[in-house]
Amino acid sequence: MDKRMTVDEAVAEVTDGMTIGFGGWGSRRKPMAFVRALVRKGVKDLTVVSYGGPDIGILCATEQLKKAVYGFVSLDSIPLEPHFRKARQNGAIESVELDEGMFLLGLRAAAQRLPFLPTRAGLGSDVLKINPHLRTVTSPYEDGEELVAVPALNVDVAFIHMNRADAAGNGQALGRDPYFDNLFCMAAKKAFMSCERIVSTDELVAGGPLQSLLINRMMVRGVVEAPGGAHFTECPPDYPRDEKLQREYAATGKDEEAWNAFRAKYLDVTESDYQNAVSR
Amino acid sequence: MSRSDLTRADVCVLAIAECFRNDGEIMVSAMGTSPSLGARLAKSTFEPDLLMTDGFNLLLRKALPLGVEPSDRDVEGWMPFGAVFDTLWWGRRHVMMGASQIDQFGNQNIACIGRWEKPKAQLLGVRGAPGNTINHVTSYWVPNHNARALVAKVDMVSGVGYDRAAALGPKASRFHEIRRVVSNLGVFDFNTPDHRMRLVSLHPGVKLEQVIDSTGFELVIPDGLDATPVPTPEQISILRELDPQGYAQKEVVE
Repeated sequence: MDKRMTVDEAVAEVTDGMTIGFGGWGSRRKPMAFVRALVRKGVKDLTVVSYGGPDIGILCATEQLKKAVYGFVSLDSIPLEPHFRKARQNGAIESVELDEGMFLLGLRAAAQRLPFLPTRAGLGSDVLKINPHLRTVTSPYEDGEELVAVPALNVDVAFIHMNRADAAGNGQALGRDPYFDNLFCMAAKKAFMSCERIVSTDELVAGGPLQSLLINRMMVRGVVEAPGGAHFTECPPDYPRDEKLQREYAATGKDEEAWNAFRAKYLDVTESDYQNAVSR
Repeated sequence: MSRSDLTRADVCVLAIAECFRNDGEIMVSAMGTSPSLGARLAKSTFEPDLLMTDGFNLLLRKALPLGVEPSDRDVEGWMPFGAVFDTLWWGRRHVMMGASQIDQFGNQNIACIGRWEKPKAQLLGVRGAPGNTINHVTSYWVPNHNARALVAKVDMVSGVGYDRAAALGPKASRFHEIRRVVSNLGVFDFNTPDHRMRLVSLHPGVKLEQVIDSTGFELVIPDGLDATPVPTPEQISILRELDPQGYAQKEVVE
């Protein structure tokens, strides 16, 4: 089985108005090659479901994002995401802001094809006020406890980035935190995985403990070899976050001219031109 | 190290450490510099059973100095985000978060300033605050105590306070506890009949009027107010070892 393709072939599956899920967390192992391909493609009115970082920020800046579904949006070493902030403060986007744990349960519900999963998280907080679509559910057992029913976060297309994969779509996360990329794939109608290197299945299995084989080939429709595909976010052990480029990106939040220059240099270019421009 | 170079930051860090006293074998998640140092002091001295991470996903056997990368020999376990959520829903966790705003019942806001629909300032988002506060013990750290941070009403309730918890009834609120608030001026708790915030102690050198003037609501002020304990020479020398660069010193406004 061979599911190899290019980022642009994968992104061709995305059309205006779709709901997109991005794996990773904050500014960690984000599928940035796919984000850049989405910018090149120019699809609009996207709903983005993400433990948010520059994926949400960039698509805010390019005005392709209509609605963000998140628990936070952060660049980690720079706590506040400047383009997301700007979009929120200008009232330019719709938002569904959830507790981080509620967000996880929403992904799990979608992966399990359930309408919702119950939790205490959210009770008493303004998360219920700002999300009037959220409902509570009463335990059918003797305790009768009232809980938040977190609705499934169903996604049309999910994008994730792994350290290694084989051509069939088995994927390996070699960093210390797998995040929830498997759930994003299972919450989606279609999922695509980029990776630092496509290797033989033998090499994949030998390349790390079995527990690192987070993605199996059922979960993904396509595999893209994209070295530096998470850059400028971190992708350990292959590379740390490019703090310098992240600072450069963050500084464009308050300066239209700087943003246009950043976009021209790093986004309105092919993936290989991007990788050359940031060559490490 | 002599007592004469004792700083306000040292007093704050000890007060933070005291929040974790008697917590035993649970995970402490301390967000930010002073909370992280305080938790490390607690683990290094009177609460050795605490579980703590490197700030990411490694559980460490002992408290390392701020900024020191753990080696394999420092690791005792693994705590990726998936396990953090399981642990917090399990309840075996005490988190110390920051608060952009906090009110008299301990409702906390880290999400945004102004109307949520179109905020004046977008901050972090609610992050894990709603789930943390309803599932396990929470404390707060406010490094710059002023009336814009300690407010009559927060703009967006991220972390749940006592009035909101009480309104949920005893079942839903049975795991809710805001243990303490430590600021650069004093220590506060909610051990009052209606769980309104109470001044527990003033840091040495802080005047009561200063705290009252810097707080946007009426604090409960008990009779016979104590001064916040200062670290012993032994605790000071441990603090200097745990923060050789003095990061915590830069965080506190004196």
